Amino acid sequence: MRIPPRNTQALAVALLGGATGLTLAILVFVIVFILGKGLPVLSLGFLLDNPQEMGKAGGIFPTLVGTLILPLAAIIIALPAGVGTAVYLSEYTVENPATRIIRFGTDCLAGIPSIIFGLFGFIFFVTTLKMGWCILSGALTLAIMVLPTIIRTSEEAIKAVPASYREVSCSLGATRWETVLKVVLPNALPGIVTGVMLSIGRCIGETAAVIFTAGASLRLPHSVFDSTRTMAVHFYILAREGISNENAFGTAAVLILSVLLVNSVSYWMMHRFISRRTK
Amino acid sequence: MHQTGDKLIKWLLMALAFTALTSLLLIAIFIFKEGVPFIARVGFKDFLLSSDWQPQAGHFGIYPMIVASLLVTLGAMLVGAPLGIACAVFLNEFVPKHVTRIIKPTIELLAGIPSVVYGFIGVVVVAPLIRSQFGGPGLSMLCASLILGVMVLPTIISISTDVLASVPNAFREGALALGATRWQSVHMVILKAGRSGIVAAVILGMGRAIGETMAVIMVAGNTPQIPHSVLDSVCTLTAKIAIEMGSATGAHRQALFAIGVVLFIMIMMFNSIAMMAIKKRFAGK
Repeated sequence: MRIPPRNTQALAVALLGGATGLTLAILVFVIVFILGKGLPVLSLGFLLDNPQEMGKAGGIFPTLVGTLILPLAAIIIALPAGVGTAVYLSEYTVENPATRIIRFGTDCLAGIPSIIFGLFGFIFFVTTLKMGWCILSGALTLAIMVLPTIIRTSEEAIKAVPASYREVSCSLGATRWETVLKVVLPNALPGIVTGVMLSIGRCIGETAAVIFTAGASLRLPHSVFDSTRTMAVHFYILAREGISNENAFGTAAVLILSVLLVNSVSYWMMHRFISRRTK
Repeated sequence: MHQTGDKLIKWLLMALAFTALTSLLLIAIFIFKEGVPFIARVGFKDFLLSSDWQPQAGHFGIYPMIVASLLVTLGAMLVGAPLGIACAVFLNEFVPKHVTRIIKPTIELLAGIPSVVYGFIGVVVVAPLIRSQFGGPGLSMLCASLILGVMVLPTIISISTDVLASVPNAFREGALALGATRWQSVHMVILKAGRSGIVAAVILGMGRAIGETMAVIMVAGNTPQIPHSVLDSVCTLTAKIAIEMGSATGAHRQALFAIGVVLFIMIMMFNSIAMMAIKKRFAGK
């Protein structure tokens, strides 16, 4: 028996549309559920107080500080390496075996799961280099983790700068480096910042790579050699050890809001960057 | 003066360009250095194929964890692949461009939600639901598969959408001109043309699922056993590493790194297959 094409078409639209609707519904549910239970817990005190009894009571202030410092430190380390790689690949060389190996390495790095980064950070930075659980160990580990993202977005952004800009700059007598510094990078900036924002978003939500490298100390860090606990790690510990569901929801709400904020800003910037480029 | 300065900068940038590759090598070297001698000492077969994991007694068999990781990944793909591919097809072929431009970034936000949050949703919403509807402990293979299936959606959707968008418009127009409906053009022409790329998207999704840790720890129950049903609690490779890493020393810690080696090799295999498939597609263009 043959089903008429008109009916299979209608059935397909219904099923595929249903799948898309379901995906969107899951997204909305996750966000609404967490915010619905978490927002009532939030208050200025929750954000600015120190936790008491391992987080059972009190606020989340030290984890807020950790969540600010750790991604920033990671970006400070990853940005020069990432943008440098992108500049080298797009401005200083042509496709050859060396660039192919570099690209292959970047692609592989992007696929490594965070638990492997955690293991590596622990055995290399914490143990072998004797740095211990500290912000610096965590930041170096996260920097390696986000490096592929920064390289890729920077390269895309640099490639999008019109060749005529470079030609004009060179014809005015600028060296290649001057052209990169004064013409290419300023024009690629929005794209690079997008990559940075996406990376910060990933660092904020990261747990496995952070818990084994930066530790989980609830004390306020005084230097990069102190251990810290990020919101994601705090939330994980609260939820997994059943310390306080209420505070877990509150922390999750702050966590989700920060990630959504960072990601929305980066999408908005990417969108503006693309629409300016195609004008 | 200018000349030498520029040359110096070129060398500096080249050195920076090797950071990613160097990091990758360092990661591989340090994890293998801890793990491989251990596997050699215990014996390849005893490590991979024994079910006896008792670190105190010196027994390190990871067979149940390998089975659990593969089954949970398979389960996640059964949930995530049809849903993700359906989404990508719908957004690319059935919906006007300006609607897609709003929905796609919204779905990509799914990727930004931290994995611990998914795990938490699994614990407080999905697991109780499974417990009351189907029985069993709730925290189970089924729960892990559902949560991971949702977590791999952004990967599958965004790569599949790119693949479908790269299918030349002439293919669509040709099919429609021959009197095919949209759906006929999709399943007879476009999905066939994009097959290798969609397979790559699914394999990359598998790589993500098998490497996911925190969400799985929270929802899989973590009993190291060969599951008899989807409602049984299981312990994956990643979960084993993360749970015992904090307290492990000596041979026990090396054993966890050896699990890391197994995981590293599995993921590298998945990813190289997917990368080759994608490269071949776009190189042919």
